[in-house]
Amino acid sequence: MAVHETTEATAARTPNRGPRWLRRHLITIAGLCTLGYLVLPNLVVMVFSFNKPNGRFNYQWQRFSTDAWSDPCGVADLCGSLGLSLQLALWATVGATVLGTMIAFALARYRFRARAGVNTLIFLPMAMPEVVMAASLATLFLNMGIQFGFWTILIAHIMFCLSFVVTAVKARVMSMDPRLEQAAQDLYATPVQTFLRVTLPIAAPGIAAGALLSFALSFDDFIITNFNAGSTVTFPMFVWGSAQRGTPVQINVIGTAMFLLAVLCVVVGQLADARRKRSKRS
Amino acid sequence: MTTTETPAPPDGQAAAAAPGIHKTPARKRLVPYWLLLPGILWLIVFFAAPLVYQASTSIQTGSLEEGFKVTWHFATYWDALGEYWPQFVRSVLYAATATVLCLLLGYPLAYLIAFKAGRWRNVVMILVIAPFFTSFLIRTLAWKTILADGGPVVGVLNSLHVLDVTSWLGLTEGQRVLATPLAVVCGLTYNFLPFMVLPLYTSLERIDPRLHEAAGDLYARPSTTFRRVTFPLSMPGVVAGTLLTFIPAAGDYINAELLGSTDQKMIGNVIQSQFLRVLDYPTAAALSFLLMAAILAMVTIYIRKSGTEDLV
Repeated sequence: MAVHETTEATAARTPNRGPRWLRRHLITIAGLCTLGYLVLPNLVVMVFSFNKPNGRFNYQWQRFSTDAWSDPCGVADLCGSLGLSLQLALWATVGATVLGTMIAFALARYRFRARAGVNTLIFLPMAMPEVVMAASLATLFLNMGIQFGFWTILIAHIMFCLSFVVTAVKARVMSMDPRLEQAAQDLYATPVQTFLRVTLPIAAPGIAAGALLSFALSFDDFIITNFNAGSTVTFPMFVWGSAQRGTPVQINVIGTAMFLLAVLCVVVGQLADARRKRSKRS
Repeated sequence: MTTTETPAPPDGQAAAAAPGIHKTPARKRLVPYWLLLPGILWLIVFFAAPLVYQASTSIQTGSLEEGFKVTWHFATYWDALGEYWPQFVRSVLYAATATVLCLLLGYPLAYLIAFKAGRWRNVVMILVIAPFFTSFLIRTLAWKTILADGGPVVGVLNSLHVLDVTSWLGLTEGQRVLATPLAVVCGLTYNFLPFMVLPLYTSLERIDPRLHEAAGDLYARPSTTFRRVTFPLSMPGVVAGTLLTFIPAAGDYINAELLGSTDQKMIGNVIQSQFLRVLDYPTAAALSFLLMAAILAMVTIYIRKSGTEDLV
């Protein structure tokens, strides 16, 4: 690989090498094109958050304006639905992370009967089209006469986030050395101490990844929520409705803010990680 | 998935669970079951049981006013299939096309991150993952702007006569892209691309770069190295990625609804409207069962053929 990098560096310095240069960098160019395809809608959302649309729909560029940014809650129900979605995502994350981490530890640490069955039960929700899960859960609620609303959405969200948490935490716990825990016990740590001081810190990145994924999945879910929400309106449902009635610019503002916030979180995380690594080395 | 993992607590259980008492083998044996109990119960009650319930709903007849009764009315399946087979076929076609496109687009990107990005790796990774956190629906709506009639994308495609070719192939109609199969497939490909890139990246990253050097030392050309070494070793990622793309794409109705017209309805759109608008629960249940069965069958065959069963 080192050889590759040096040839790449020379090629980069003299960019007009023609077809050979193009052939050598074909994969890089293709990859960057894909990256562009992935990021393009985010850029469009960002640009159109500064638009002042003529009619109800914000699909055509009219003229620059920061109105929407100065008044992000200026549309009825938008911020209410946003708050509801945040609340739901928070509780769904808590529920799914706690339940999922427990299952992951059981699967990674213990041999027991029905292990294969449990594994299948964890895998199936991820391999099932959302619309099938959504319709079947809604059928159950309907027939039980349960009122659709906050609680039915929360139940559904915890249900589909659970498997993702289990997978993330299990991968982490499986790859950790069991001798670390044995060592702790040899040093007379109680099981509780071992768990809190050794096991949990090592599993933490997996748990954090699972929690983050749950939050993103729950916050963004439309299909399952649409079937199980009744007349409750979450943020994705608000966006869906607005696609029919007319999309306010504020939706783009919130989309942009979410994107920037996500990038910021990841960047801060990366920086903290790099700093931790550096301080460990010195 | 029987209830074997929910243990019937034996008599000594209460004592064993109490804190401060010495560990007994029985208590230790039950630990995994107690860890599993709440989560697995949740999945049984809110995931598995509803599916069984759905099965019984699909063979019911009745109406919303009079109530539904199980009458073993299997004809619902035939009627649903007879009426909605075009949407079924379309779902499979669109999802398969989007999956192939995702693979073709996603592979270079995953390869770039794994082998070529160097110190830019984290930046590229952020750009792949960050869109996950912006609302899925907002990004799909952005495609409406990008592909708008008279917009730059349509203009360029038109001047290059691409649209003439795609219209001839039946992918687009006339001078527009929105409300055509091309737009729906484009949206599906876009939305599920990260699900392809991430598993591909994971499996590519595990490949020892020395294998590439070895192939080069043995006078393999880059294309041969890719065909004989890199690609076979990335198969677990390819299989996982294609499944993670195909399954949700086949059941999706958001892209067809926002970017397509009534001619691009997929099976998800039918289930949604049968359930939420027409309130014909047996038909909705039968259709979701058919979708589930079709996907399970295809996935099973696919995993057998590709020979990687160690996915779960």
